[in-house]
Amino acid sequence: MRRTWYAYPYLVWMAIFIVVPLFLLLFYTFTATTEEGIRFTLQHIKRIWEPIYLIVLLRSILLALICTVVCLLIGYPVALILASKEYSQNKVLALLFVIPMWINFLVRTYAWMSLLGKNGLIDMVMDFLHLPPVQLLYTDHAVVLGMVYNFLPFMVLPIYSVLTKMDKSIIEAAEDLGADYITVLKRIIIPLSLPGVISGITMVFMPAVTTFIISRLLGGGQYILIGNLIEQQFIVVGDWNFGSAISFVLTVIILISMGIMRKYDREYEGGAIW
Amino acid sequence: MVGRIVKRVYLYLIFLFLYAPIVMLVVYSFNESRSMGRWSGFTLKWYAELFKDTEVLRALYNTLAIAVLSAVIATIIGTAAAIGIHEMKRIKKAIVMNLTYLPVINPDIVTGVSLMLLFVFTKPFTGMGLGFFTMLLAHITFNIPYVILSVMPKLKQLDRHVYEAALDLGATPFYALRKVVIPQIMPGIVTGLLLAFTLSIDDFVISFFTTGSGVSNIAIYVYSMARRGVNPKINALSTIMFVTVLALLLIVNKRMNKDNSKVKESVR
Repeated sequence: MRRTWYAYPYLVWMAIFIVVPLFLLLFYTFTATTEEGIRFTLQHIKRIWEPIYLIVLLRSILLALICTVVCLLIGYPVALILASKEYSQNKVLALLFVIPMWINFLVRTYAWMSLLGKNGLIDMVMDFLHLPPVQLLYTDHAVVLGMVYNFLPFMVLPIYSVLTKMDKSIIEAAEDLGADYITVLKRIIIPLSLPGVISGITMVFMPAVTTFIISRLLGGGQYILIGNLIEQQFIVVGDWNFGSAISFVLTVIILISMGIMRKYDREYEGGAIW
Repeated sequence: MVGRIVKRVYLYLIFLFLYAPIVMLVVYSFNESRSMGRWSGFTLKWYAELFKDTEVLRALYNTLAIAVLSAVIATIIGTAAAIGIHEMKRIKKAIVMNLTYLPVINPDIVTGVSLMLLFVFTKPFTGMGLGFFTMLLAHITFNIPYVILSVMPKLKQLDRHVYEAALDLGATPFYALRKVVIPQIMPGIVTGLLLAFTLSIDDFVISFFTTGSGVSNIAIYVYSMARRGVNPKINALSTIMFVTVLALLLIVNKRMNKDNSKVKESVR
């Protein structure tokens, strides 16, 4: 008794809406339309290595890396605290990390605009303390802050879910054998939580490297990351070939980094936070 | 117990960071002045204006309609797919599961532009321009994998023998599926449905590339407005949405606790 045909509608759907579009993307990446018709070319891919575009690409990767590191440094202790004995009974606390996601991230980012902007809350606090106002909005700092704000739950939740599933008797055994907390953390908790850390890193890094909204709203109109470049090519310039080429390169970068991460994570299950 | 206090303070700081912008939105939705920064008195006028603004209401309607429709359709297709994939042979299963991971791994923006290419490319054949329907198709597409990934673990836990017993007792395969398999994987289906709904509401990037001809959802409306300047109506709308979600979660949570205690009692 096999029911494999239940999957056929899905397969047809995915063929039309995932596979065909990706082939279209490939088609636009490697072709150019000239008077003689459509021909194969590598010019769009080559164009990305021009310094102006390369700088954008490298800056996007750098900012995403900074964001990932900051999320890990802030988020790991959070997950550790939430999974600790005092708080582990309290499921609502973990839920509190999900609730902000129900407000569209654009609305939340836009709230940050007014927090950081002129006459915003930060400005008022600085004024109250008689400190000189700082320019926060439209800087690198604002962009990283916006990314960390939006993606922090994606770091906390996978680590938290691994930590709660961890066999507590190992920790107790280590303690019985005379290990102090630092040793337990270093030798047991951190190594065992690595799968969570790895899925956290991927879940933060990937959206961070491709965002174009956070950089647009918090970095200002002149601020260009790789995502903005793609959006510009498709919506403003109308150069679909170059836009596709950048998207293609971006996909390859992501797939390669996923591959590297997966190597270190044999127990990958995917969707660990849910 | 310094450690305990440090832990507590740290947690409070993180929640302050997470909720500061949301509190801002809520507080300033009652602000008389247009600007978010100067408090000039309590008012409910933005709420009143919100319900008069047809553009916002239209966007809200689109957001909810697409979220509900895409979540339901994705859940149906995804659950059926999960059952089918579960029965597949190893190699075929591996190929299909990798295909399923593709849209999850792929950056939103790439999914968005590639779908846009598809819709623009096929327009001469289907006559379907970018708009509500293309946005719905896009949302269903990115939602299905999440449903499959939520249902699959439940199918793996399933005991085959119960299903086979049902067949031995004379149930037709479809009847056994409905009465035996579906109830057992129900938690996974519900998770998938809620997940799909949430993702659809939260999405901006894919909607942005797959919509057109003036059809917008809340996210796109906010985006177009953020350039024109701050509008307190959006604060009012966000407040309503936030309170609704919070209320729903509390009700669900309470009901689950009740069910749990009932189960515990019956076990005793």
